[in-house]
Amino acid sequence: MSDHHHKETFVTKYIFSQDHKMIAKQYLITGMIMGVIGIFMSMLFRLQLAYPGESFGIIEAFLGEGGEGGVMTPDMYLALVTIHGTIMVFFVLTAGLSGTFSNLLIPLQIGARDMASGFLNMLSYWMFFLSSVVMVLSLFVTTGPASAGWTIYPPLSALPQAMPGSGAGMTLWLVSMAIFIASSLLGSLNYIVTVLNLRTKGMKMTRLPLTIWAFFITAIIGVISFPVLLSAALLLIFDRSFGTSFYLSDIFIAGEVLHYKGGSPILFEHLFWFLGHPEVYIILLPALGLTSEVIATNARKPIFGYRAMIASIIAIAFLSTIVWGHHMFVTGMNPFLGSVFTFTTLLIAIPSAVKAFNYITTLWRGNLQLNPAMMFSIGLVSTFITGGLTGLILGDSALDINVHDTMFVVAHFHLVMGVSAIFGMFAGVYHWFPKMYGRMMNKDLGYLHFWLTAISAYGVFFPMHFTGLAGLPRRYYNNTAFPMFDDLLAINEVITIFALIGGFAQLIFLANFFISIKKGPVSPQNPWKSNTLEWTAPVEHMHGNWPGEIPHVERWPYDYSKTDENGELWGGQDFTPQNVPIREGEEVF
Amino acid sequence: MKALFYIIIGVALMVVCWQLVKLLGLTKKEDQTATPKENDINGKLMLVLMTFIYVLMVLSLWGTREVLLPQLGASAEAEHIDILFKYSMALILVVQFILQALIFWFTFKYRGTEGRKAYFFADSHKLEMWWTITPAVVLAGMIIYGLWTWNQVMDASDVEDPLIIELYAQQFNWNARYAGEDNTLGNGNVRFIKGANVMGVDMTDKNAADDIPVVADPVSFVKELHLPKGRTVIFKLRSQDVLHSAYMPHFRAQMNCVPGMVTQIKMTPTVTTAEMRENADTKKKFENINILRKAQGKEEVEFDYILLCNKICGASHYNMQLKIVVEEEADFNAWLKKQKTLAESL
Repeated sequence: MSDHHHKETFVTKYIFSQDHKMIAKQYLITGMIMGVIGIFMSMLFRLQLAYPGESFGIIEAFLGEGGEGGVMTPDMYLALVTIHGTIMVFFVLTAGLSGTFSNLLIPLQIGARDMASGFLNMLSYWMFFLSSVVMVLSLFVTTGPASAGWTIYPPLSALPQAMPGSGAGMTLWLVSMAIFIASSLLGSLNYIVTVLNLRTKGMKMTRLPLTIWAFFITAIIGVISFPVLLSAALLLIFDRSFGTSFYLSDIFIAGEVLHYKGGSPILFEHLFWFLGHPEVYIILLPALGLTSEVIATNARKPIFGYRAMIASIIAIAFLSTIVWGHHMFVTGMNPFLGSVFTFTTLLIAIPSAVKAFNYITTLWRGNLQLNPAMMFSIGLVSTFITGGLTGLILGDSALDINVHDTMFVVAHFHLVMGVSAIFGMFAGVYHWFPKMYGRMMNKDLGYLHFWLTAISAYGVFFPMHFTGLAGLPRRYYNNTAFPMFDDLLAINEVITIFALIGGFAQLIFLANFFISIKKGPVSPQNPWKSNTLEWTAPVEHMHGNWPGEIPHVERWPYDYSKTDENGELWGGQDFTPQNVPIREGEEVF
Repeated sequence: MKALFYIIIGVALMVVCWQLVKLLGLTKKEDQTATPKENDINGKLMLVLMTFIYVLMVLSLWGTREVLLPQLGASAEAEHIDILFKYSMALILVVQFILQALIFWFTFKYRGTEGRKAYFFADSHKLEMWWTITPAVVLAGMIIYGLWTWNQVMDASDVEDPLIIELYAQQFNWNARYAGEDNTLGNGNVRFIKGANVMGVDMTDKNAADDIPVVADPVSFVKELHLPKGRTVIFKLRSQDVLHSAYMPHFRAQMNCVPGMVTQIKMTPTVTTAEMRENADTKKKFENINILRKAQGKEEVEFDYILLCNKICGASHYNMQLKIVVEEEADFNAWLKKQKTLAESL
């Protein structure tokens, strides 16, 4: 790492950059574009659910043949929910969240010049970009994009006869996801190696900020579980294109018997959820990690129970790989296996509860600086608890029978992983924007964004639980075919109104984000008076992160408001950065 | 091109929103963490958010009591499930009320002010032990009770004289077949589908001839699945094309139909359709529904049990249903006698 001043061209600096900070920004912007598409889709299908059969100009404008006359077709509806799910889960909350902040923060917070392999890192981003392009292109296929739900259960996803979306749209979906998984693996391996090998002097594992612990463990779960999805997708490609029978058997469709014999769709479900459930934590843990850092910094207090937090992250990660069967209680899986999965699933509530209690205790007797990042973090704790609690119902096999695949599930997972994770992502953007762009975002727009988003998130997903308890299944194009659901229309309308408010509120964020890049006030070096190493690096980005030597780490990252024996703040300020040596007489945590 | 127009409107809104902030002179450069004024306003607003959440919770609980499924579960299994559900829901609501109060109250109470000092409190093994052990004990209880209920509901090994019925799913239609005199279903496979043999029953199987398929009424075209009150039914589920899920919300029963295999669920109806129509919850719900339907110019409806598809299966997934009629055993037997067996109908 001798010479960081080699010549940069436009292409090597902004496009094929190997610098982790630039790659982080590329991930974020790509993720945001995908997020706009995903959220916009949800606004369209919410219109259909609240006003079934009514004509909307905007539906006709964007959906073409699938929205002729301003009313979307059932096939288009299924395509929208499928792609909304896929985009939000993988492209926004996996790549957009973890990709952005792992890249930005791992080298800066552990004190490294860059990722272990800048080239692999660049490759990882460009594969993600490619997979995004393929996914977006699949929206323009004549037979429509993949429509079998984001879980793409075969045979529905395997047979073009079963639905038009299972034709070319599904092929592109699988190709896109295969590239995505490769990208995710390259990224994860890089994060793991970097955290293990490139920590600066004094940065013991027990001095890592909780963000880094979260990214590190997330990367490990990703490496364990994503390859399984890749094999699941490959076998599905074989079944679709080469006539194998991994998932298919005894099928009569469109007037003829197909040749498939001996396969089982349940095999696919096992493989899918072996990734699918850890995926929840691949999304959630980074959000919780960011929140830990934001809450400690802005409460001006150490995060409560640092070691318990690490232990919970590890426990959650371990348990997350042995609970996938709770998605399959009523698939025909042996009921005994259902019992086992109920047991492991409910166990996850223990480390989750510990985390929630620790966040609440961190707020207690703090000196809370309620900037937008902090507001979103507190919002995350709230939605994480609200959504997490209903997990106790869904994880209990006996109770799951009656709410499985209903809107209750949709409400549950949107609160616990969708809203929580996106709140974590917003908190991260507001908090680290100065680190990314050297400028500050506008706080008032930030507050406005928070209030509209928080109110509409609860307004959408809280009432939704009750439509599920009324028996309304998910993925229903409308509920007018059943008189027993006629009285749910009013609730659906309320949900849609909040969804539209929430959707439009994101324009405030986008405006704030993009205009602040150019026009925001220049950021001071350490705007939030934070302890972690990234704030010791100069505001102006440079290759290698620090001019001269990398700072050494002398203490853990959470020495906020530490007092000496007389009860005075150490050094007269309420924070002590990690690179400040231990003072004489100081109690070391 | 219209799409482009909408996108331009969106971008314009974003610019307007920024300009407004600039006009109002709200951009500032001072203290980049929050100012005491911002802390004060937002801390108080957090209490408003808490109130909003509580009001929303109470409104949802109160306002939806008439649209939910009738409290009365219509099967023996539903009774077990409903008790467990009520306990779990009560626990969840209590914990939710307490924890949300703590979060928002602390946020309000400890909002930053000039001169407030945060309390350096990094660890307390005693506290952490307590809030590890408490959830662990509560969850142990839930797991044990949950698994006991699960066994009650799923275990069909010691059912005496069950009624065996096949439920057969296809895009976008339900078929059903009673096992007939011998109470044993004849084998089925999609490879036997031909003409009127829509469920692909192997007619060379000696158990098949007496099986009784459910057929649509020639006048109303409505198919009805009749079930006797008080006798345990074991459903054998098959699918001919893609995954489907047989969901009977009033009975708290659900199981997927998987092509290539036979899945199973048991259920003991305990409330007849006539009795459920007299149930107070049901009456109230359907009164409301009929008021709404009248306003839309639709005909009046009465309560009926229903089987619906609850696994995405294609374009008409949202309209794949079968009417269920639960009646006294004598009525059921009389009805079944009138139905044609497979041997007669094929």
